[in-house]
Amino acid sequence: MIRLSIPVRQALARLTLPVLITASFGMMLLGKADALLAERARASLGDVLAPIYGAIATPLMPVRNAFADATDLFTLRAENARLRDENATLRRWQAVAMALDAENATLKANLHWIPAPPASFVTARVVDDAGGVYARAVLLAIGNNGLSGSPVSKGQVALDQQGLVGRVIEVGQRSARVMLITDINSRVPVTMEATRARALLIGTNNGRPRLMYWPEGSPPVEGERIVTSAEANAFPAGLPVGTVHYTAGHIPEVQPFARLDRLEVVRIFDYGLHGLIPPDAVVRPTDRRK
Amino acid sequence: MPERLPGIRPRQSPWRRLDIAARHSFPTACTVVLLLLARAPIGLPSQAQLQPAVALASVFFWSVFRPTALPPAVIFAIGLLLDLIGLGPIGLWVFLLLAVHGVAVRFRRTLARQGFLLVWLAFDATAALAALLSWLGTSLLNWEFLPLGPALFEAVLAASIYPALSTLLTHAHRTIADPGQA
Repeated sequence: MIRLSIPVRQALARLTLPVLITASFGMMLLGKADALLAERARASLGDVLAPIYGAIATPLMPVRNAFADATDLFTLRAENARLRDENATLRRWQAVAMALDAENATLKANLHWIPAPPASFVTARVVDDAGGVYARAVLLAIGNNGLSGSPVSKGQVALDQQGLVGRVIEVGQRSARVMLITDINSRVPVTMEATRARALLIGTNNGRPRLMYWPEGSPPVEGERIVTSAEANAFPAGLPVGTVHYTAGHIPEVQPFARLDRLEVVRIFDYGLHGLIPPDAVVRPTDRRK
Repeated sequence: MPERLPGIRPRQSPWRRLDIAARHSFPTACTVVLLLLARAPIGLPSQAQLQPAVALASVFFWSVFRPTALPPAVIFAIGLLLDLIGLGPIGLWVFLLLAVHGVAVRFRRTLARQGFLLVWLAFDATAALAALLSWLGTSLLNWEFLPLGPALFEAVLAASIYPALSTLLTHAHRTIADPGQA
């Protein structure tokens, strides 16, 4: 260590803080101006953290389950009643669905319908909730399965077993980040299933994203199913998203089907769509909402 | 500086040097490990707020009771880590942690002599201010009016974890993190 005289040392010590604070302001501007740099840095940090969180996820499972069980205990009774109701409704719908399925099959056979090719997907483990106070995202651990290049690329669509989760926004060597549909920067073109009207699903950082910009005269109906729309070529049409709920202030929100607060495994689908994010171009987060 | 004080002390063996280095790096290592643990996938509701809260408490504690333990450069790195792990604007927490450090160091002579309650209250005010600034900064940099609720919760969370963290760190400060005991 270099021995400096005490006055010099004190002067240096006094100077470090203002210099570093100025540097932090510089970083805020730089991070805003050069989104690619920030994204690269985040992706490489994600690569370092993904194996660590992946490794401690298994020993932490009992803790995680204990927390989940404790919260479940409070809602057990209400949940049971709700499930019984839902089960009764679903039984009725099952009959309808089977009849419609059979009818659909006959109609398709008569029409020589060309089915869409099944999309390829990879399944990845969610190792960390990678959002922040004002962001909702998850970090995925992705191996590369011995293939050349990463199996996941930007703009691909993430689903859990029940519905849409979000979109891949960053890809590193061993990790990828998925922005959830609840994130404040998330914009998903959707179709309301009953009226077939289009709308935009806008994240608010709360559990329920908001519906906006539906056409005049066809407002969302309470309880209606919302699916993705192929508009803007960012998502394929018809992925299940959630159901409409009106808040007390009469604002239509969507309760997602996907269990976004307890994601463990997601499927990343490659639909070959690059409508919003070109493969290698970087779009500033503020531009993505358009 | 303990080595500048007159007196008889043990020889500088490599083992002793290692011991001193470990004691010097304890505050940094402890803060980083706590930060990463706060992020561990245990599925707590509103866990996102835990990380900035831990960072605030840790930086404030060391800045008041041993400012040399976390020098500004280290705080810069910790803030950068916090910004990169989260999805917020880069540089914001770097600034906030440095500002907290600056404020804490400025008032440390008064604070360090006070009892726990007063230090805690001072921390609460600092954390509330930092949370408010983080909300303002994120809102400005996203150019969008964000809800204030999460930031307030962050401040409350920081205030409520401080007593526990401070007890632990005070103990560490006197035992394993004290280079004078090497």
